Amino acid sequence: MNEPANPYHPLVELTLMRFREFWREPEALFWTFAFPILMAVALGIAFRNRPPEILKIGAAAPQLAQALARERQLDVQQFSAAAGAEALRTGKIALLVLPGSGGAVVYRYDDTNPDGRTARMLAHAAIEGAAGQTDPLPARDEYMREAGSRYIDFLIPGLLGLTLMSNAVWLTAFAIVDARRKKLMKRLVATPMPRRYYLASFLVARLFLLVFEVGVLLAFGAIVFGVPVRSSLLDIAALCILGSFAFSALALLLASRARTIEAVSGLMNLVQVPMWIFSGVFFSAQRFPNVLQPFIQALPLTAIIDALRASMLQGASLKAVAPQAGILGVWLVVCFATALRLFRWR
Amino acid sequence: MPALRVHKLRKAYQDVVAVDGLDLEVQSGECFGLLGPNGAGKTTTIEICEGLTARDSGEVEVLGMRWDSHATQLRQRLGIQLQETQLSDKLTVAETVRLFRSFYRQGPAPEKVIALVQLEEKRNARVGGLSGGQKQRLALACALVGDPELLFLDEPTTGLDPQARRQLWELIEQFKRDGRSILLTTHYMEEAERLCDRVAIMDHGKVIASGTPRELIASIGAEHMVEFSSAPSLDTTALRRLEEVREVRMENGAVQLQVTALHSAVPALIAELARQGVPLTELRTHSASLEDVFVSLTGRHLRDE
Repeated sequence: MNEPANPYHPLVELTLMRFREFWREPEALFWTFAFPILMAVALGIAFRNRPPEILKIGAAAPQLAQALARERQLDVQQFSAAAGAEALRTGKIALLVLPGSGGAVVYRYDDTNPDGRTARMLAHAAIEGAAGQTDPLPARDEYMREAGSRYIDFLIPGLLGLTLMSNAVWLTAFAIVDARRKKLMKRLVATPMPRRYYLASFLVARLFLLVFEVGVLLAFGAIVFGVPVRSSLLDIAALCILGSFAFSALALLLASRARTIEAVSGLMNLVQVPMWIFSGVFFSAQRFPNVLQPFIQALPLTAIIDALRASMLQGASLKAVAPQAGILGVWLVVCFATALRLFRWR
Repeated sequence: MPALRVHKLRKAYQDVVAVDGLDLEVQSGECFGLLGPNGAGKTTTIEICEGLTARDSGEVEVLGMRWDSHATQLRQRLGIQLQETQLSDKLTVAETVRLFRSFYRQGPAPEKVIALVQLEEKRNARVGGLSGGQKQRLALACALVGDPELLFLDEPTTGLDPQARRQLWELIEQFKRDGRSILLTTHYMEEAERLCDRVAIMDHGKVIASGTPRELIASIGAEHMVEFSSAPSLDTTALRRLEEVREVRMENGAVQLQVTALHSAVPALIAELARQGVPLTELRTHSASLEDVFVSLTGRHLRDE
């Protein structure tokens, strides 16, 4: 009746359990894959690069309006002096051009507003041109809008880091605490299952899911927004694996003793919220005061995001991001070792 | 060699003594029942025997081995079903059994175990969709995948409806016929009477009586129980003097007599009540059970508390 030997490998079966629990939970799929993309779309639209802005200005005399209409970057409207003053005051126009005494021209604008200063220069050039002034030097414009320096290029590596952290922390810590709460962990420990396989199954499952998490977001950025990947995909993969393992180790530590979902959720927020704020997902971490920088640079999310940005956008080699990789490595080792020591198997 | 030997086992949680100097011996091939109310220390005892809880003092020998020195070998040879384990809802029956099968060096094929616990029709159903009885049978399947010599079953039928309970009893009887040793805990006396070769009655962390169900019932010296309701004016000392009556107990206005010969005790009781001129209502009789043994030893019911 007995099979001669064990035809199933515990690590394979445990990893399959991880996958099945994940795939069969539609909410988990949404938060893992769809959410980062929705966020990238929303932020990509909000901060998209606009075409050069047309500035609205007012002119208080028909000849002035005619002269100003030569400049295509200005949208000129004719006002009475009083209506023009009102429009300027309420911000509907950036500049009001008035006829002065003795054929002079008066420019009225707020000199602390960049739009006002720009409109003033454009308007003055247009009026001089209309008055017969020609450029003393011939000039020609060349436009440069390069991929890699836009906000979306900055954002995608940030979202990638955020996704790596969220998925590793939530999926790992939840699964562990859920198993402990349901006494499934105790039941598994009552079998001859080697405990290292139980922990390893989380890392193996993570490796496979990473391909999708990272792939989907990178492909989305590249196809929809043309976000560049200037280093080799292998380098990106290596950084993502290191980052994800560091966050998984952090999750093991957070979940090492918690018995309830509420307790572990609190811990996860306590650890993740500072990183959402400080680690430069949405804006550069350099904007925080210098005194905070050593703390910010030591955070694992800062390390992975900085490394991914340097690698993707500037094509930095793995050697160049070694300091960040080192920080991640320290987090990985310290969290994993502490988690093993503290882990409650029942 | 006994399948399980427990000697002077002691375990305290903070200042509550859960197990207090317990002795047990489960013979090879026997089904042994730990019977007792909730909080008697049954689960603590069985979990120490399963190697899941550390003992404070005393000795535990499982299949001739000790947990301190032979944990890995022991795990391969035991089948365990815990109280209130929830297996993963997202997995199917077949996937769950295969997962557990992968932990054991040898044992039956998953399909055979699924057939044994009669879940073939549900083999591709998610665990989350199973009924209580089906989940409990799946838990048994997970305990059997390593072809264990000794099975630990902690309250295997608690919370099940009568039909599911009987189905589970039949399975456990099947395991007995296969020659496996079984230690089970329960607070259902019918379950212990039906399944167990021997039982130990536990209360407050101690064994207060042990033996075969028949021996224990015989030990209270009465074969039948007579219960009735009467008026407060009833004189119970007169009842005690009746020849067939061993013991009289009053509880919430109901009177319970332990009697030896039912056929002469009931007419004598009716005659005595007629003499006293008190009414007799709700007269019931039943054969003495393990429940009555527990009541007679502790003055409490098994499922009170």
